[in-house]
Amino acid sequence: MTKAIITVVGKDTVGIIAKVCTYLADNGINILDISQTIVQEFFNMMMIVDLTKSVKAFNVLSDELAKLGEDTGVQVKCQLEDIFDKMHRI
Amino acid sequence: MINLQEVIETNKMIEQENLDVRTITMGISLLDCADNDLTVTCEKIYNKIVLLARDLVKTGEDIAKEFGIPIVNKRISVTPISLVGSACCRTPGDYVQIAKTLDKAAKEVGVNFLGGYSAIVSKGMTKSDELLIRSIPMSLACTERICSSINVGSTKTGINMDAVRLMGDIIKQTAEETKDADSLGCAKLVVLCNAPDDNPFMAGAFHGVSEADAIINVGVSGPGVVKYALEQMDAQSQMSNVKCEMSNVGCELANFELLCETIKRTAFKITRVGQLVAQEASRRLGVPFGIIDLSLAPTPAIGDSVADILKCIGVEHPGAPGTTAALALLNDQVKKGGVMASSYVGGLSGAFIPVSEDQGMIEAVETGALTIEKLEAMTCVCSVGLDMIAIPGDTPATTIAGIIADESAIGMVNQKTTAVRIIPVVGKTVGDTVEFGGLLGYAPIMPVNTFSCQRFVDRGGRIPAPIHSFKN
Repeated sequence: MTKAIITVVGKDTVGIIAKVCTYLADNGINILDISQTIVQEFFNMMMIVDLTKSVKAFNVLSDELAKLGEDTGVQVKCQLEDIFDKMHRI
Repeated sequence: MINLQEVIETNKMIEQENLDVRTITMGISLLDCADNDLTVTCEKIYNKIVLLARDLVKTGEDIAKEFGIPIVNKRISVTPISLVGSACCRTPGDYVQIAKTLDKAAKEVGVNFLGGYSAIVSKGMTKSDELLIRSIPMSLACTERICSSINVGSTKTGINMDAVRLMGDIIKQTAEETKDADSLGCAKLVVLCNAPDDNPFMAGAFHGVSEADAIINVGVSGPGVVKYALEQMDAQSQMSNVKCEMSNVGCELANFELLCETIKRTAFKITRVGQLVAQEASRRLGVPFGIIDLSLAPTPAIGDSVADILKCIGVEHPGAPGTTAALALLNDQVKKGGVMASSYVGGLSGAFIPVSEDQGMIEAVETGALTIEKLEAMTCVCSVGLDMIAIPGDTPATTIAGIIADESAIGMVNQKTTAVRIIPVVGKTVGDTVEFGGLLGYAPIMPVNTFSCQRFVDRGGRIPAPIHSFKN
């Protein structure tokens, strides 16, 4: 299983989660976990997703998600899980 | 499973605190390229570098994208060229041909620097070593991406004072040859003592003869992350002491135990990222992983400064009394945190204190807090040496040789790497500033002690190895 972390950071607006989730569903990406919080009016969301059945390559996904974020006025990043795992788990 | 706070912390380090992987450096052995015909040697060198490193830059970019961590430089280090060229080079001009070939190969594969235009002359110089050294000014003037390093001493062999004296002249000539670019050539030339074989950082990188055919070495960085962690630590200590907030006198700062713990923990996290990137690069390129170099390497960017960490630890500017102790502590804790995070540690591994590449160091020089003499003391406890220091263009070659001898002696006696990368900027003097651009930054010209050491450096021969090197 190739796991990635998608983070969405920005001003809270209606439909942020819906847009990201729709995009993921359309591309065969399964969401394993979602958590979110609002820090000083800023929306912080993290999704752990499974890329195994993704219909698109990582580079394309990452660019399209970033673009989707730009259109909504938030920052969307997609990173492989390993970087967080390595940094925070021994 | 990873939680939101951890994800936010990592991304904040990357986005706001300048966490990055400073360099992926592919070491390539060119020993099998030696031929007694110069054209054939050049051809073999070019082909081997292009063959092995053609995917290096792309792989680096892919990894950066997938993990969301910037990888600033993709570089190459090669076998010291004095060994590769010894069979076919009869004049310094022949070596210049090899330098041009290396430059062409570096441009072809898209790396920004290629190191290894080097000679290891810690005990004696072969004819070939000397020819290479004499070709350095011309080679650095007519190439863009080549870095040169000369190892003039070691704890085991002592210091080759003939080479030290010669390097004084070579640095002056290199400055002269590149005077139109503020003597930029000297920024790509470093004189070392106890040079490591697996250093991924320029300008001192070369692929030692003890190494495999090809290897991936990674240099991590992140002074900004350490600085931020220390600021947070002090803020928390102060918050827990209400009296302190009210009076701001006798503030309860975090003590050394907490300070060291914080640096260690942060270094661990930074290094783990480097280890991940190194393993990925090694797997994707099909080249074995060598080492992680645990160095805090600053850049001229605001917030990416080792000097700022020293200020956080508690000195007003680097150079103030206490600086050497603060740096010793920092260097040691970075190693202690990093060692556990990586399977193999090597290279220089310590804090870098270049002047022109660190905004905080530049300010310290400009305010008069930091002198060359204090920098020399600081090099006794950290990884490199007198690095990226601009000095007056009329500094005599003998004085430069004296500075190299002093720095080499520190390295030799303390069994550590030391280096000198100074730039006698032609036509400039104390009060002027020199602009190198990019990662090399800018620097105020620093005054040099003007008393002569000519009789000392002109003696010739070598300084014997120190007594504590006889361990067998």
